Amino acid sequence: MKIFDMEAVSNKVRRNIFRTFFFLYFFYTFTRLKSEHNNNPDMENRSLVTIAEHSKEKILYLLEMAREFEKNPNRKILDGKVVATLFFEPSTRTRLSFETAANRLGARVIGFTDPKATSSSKGETLKDTIIMVSNYADIIVMRHYLEGAARYASEVTNVPIVNAGDGSNQHPSQTMLDLYSIYKTQGTLENLNIYMVGDLKYGRTVHSLLMAMRHFNPTFHFIAPEELKMPEEYKLYCREHGLKYIEHTEFDENVIAEADILYMTRVQRERFTDLMEYERVKDIYILRNEMLKNTRPNLRILHPLPRVNEIAYDVDENPKAYYFQQAQNGLYARQAILCDVLGITLDDVKSDEL
Amino acid sequence: MSYNLKELNIHNSKLITLRKMNKQELQVVALKNGTVIDHIPTDKLFTVVNLLGLQNSDSNITIGNNFESKKLGKKGIIKVADRFFSDEEISRLSVVAPNVKLNIIRNYEVVEKKEVIMPDVVKGIIKCGNPKCITNNEPMTTIFHVVDKTSGLLKCHYCEKEQNKETLKLQ
Repeated sequence: MKIFDMEAVSNKVRRNIFRTFFFLYFFYTFTRLKSEHNNNPDMENRSLVTIAEHSKEKILYLLEMAREFEKNPNRKILDGKVVATLFFEPSTRTRLSFETAANRLGARVIGFTDPKATSSSKGETLKDTIIMVSNYADIIVMRHYLEGAARYASEVTNVPIVNAGDGSNQHPSQTMLDLYSIYKTQGTLENLNIYMVGDLKYGRTVHSLLMAMRHFNPTFHFIAPEELKMPEEYKLYCREHGLKYIEHTEFDENVIAEADILYMTRVQRERFTDLMEYERVKDIYILRNEMLKNTRPNLRILHPLPRVNEIAYDVDENPKAYYFQQAQNGLYARQAILCDVLGITLDDVKSDEL
Repeated sequence: MSYNLKELNIHNSKLITLRKMNKQELQVVALKNGTVIDHIPTDKLFTVVNLLGLQNSDSNITIGNNFESKKLGKKGIIKVADRFFSDEEISRLSVVAPNVKLNIIRNYEVVEKKEVIMPDVVKGIIKCGNPKCITNNEPMTTIFHVVDKTSGLLKCHYCEKEQNKETLKLQ
């Protein structure tokens, strides 16, 4: 009687070893997949919801990237990608700018311009809409009339969200283009005299710009009627961050003599509870060409547009008027933002010289 | 603190004696096991009831209001038999009644005292005061960051608006 069949034993051992290895390999692959999956939300969620989250270095980095795009805006870096532009609130200017940015990068654009034509008018939740679109798009650019909508959207999907304005809350791409315009015209962001004029109470762009400029030691001048003064929370913000500010209610050539940047905004009739007050102030905060005579040569006039009457048309011919070029800078700033949310670096952009 | 564990135990045992003496005079029964929530501002009493979900509880509950208090003038008090609240449940009270004290009672004795600790983040308890906030328009949980623990200043995680403590509403 054979006690051991050596061949059978070695077969068994071989089989066991094989099984063990197979199991180990399976286990390894499984855990790796799992950890990759778990890491995704942090790794991939590069959404741009607010400019306040960006460090000084990050802002300068994005401006540098915008400058690359200004040299050559037509690069097929996003070839094969799909950018969704979801405008729950119409905004032609912002949408055209983002869609041009995407098109010039070679991406395809899907989306809607009017929420009336979408399921949200049927009562679909924002969450459902975002998850659905996430199945199709690589980036979601969204504008929403509700505040906090972009933050919430960035939490329900792994597809990067670019906030193109959420109610009166944030509009970071506008801030990026404002910063880029200041940087480009002044050669620096440091130590500038920035004059903000008009509606400083509700103007979202001035609030975001104020916060983004905190890194660069500015001196602010707030020029506004009593009813539209800079809110206390932003003045508190300035004090907490050691930012200098001076408030004015007068708006004339003497007040703006030392300005490097004049940031104009519109005084809107519907913001006033007292229409008599509106009638009184509406013509005070209008910039006229003759007011620019004694201003600094490096002064540039910015305006987020659309303008109504707060900048007289004779200013357009003045070389200090910069609002239309500012809008064009929006294209480069948005190209940089689209690349950055996908993890495309400045080096990637530079090495793509065609 | 105006009282200590010992005093409370005496108070508790007095109540037991009271119960034995005169049933008609007795208003608040002593607890054998459970939690006494003390020093509730009178106008926040029912908010505390709501926050702890006591209206749906099967426990034996005594709710008292306008009791005399050295600290508050008048106060509310809640006694819940056989219920011991988790830290999470207690932290819910921080927003509306930060100075509330909880006495944990086992076998007629106060074995532990708990104070309400203000968390860094408040989830799903209060409603954002901004009608244009996404949280008031989507079926979702609110999140607030506590900006200042002493004044209880909160900021909405979504719309970034700071909340007025006086007008806080529960979700």
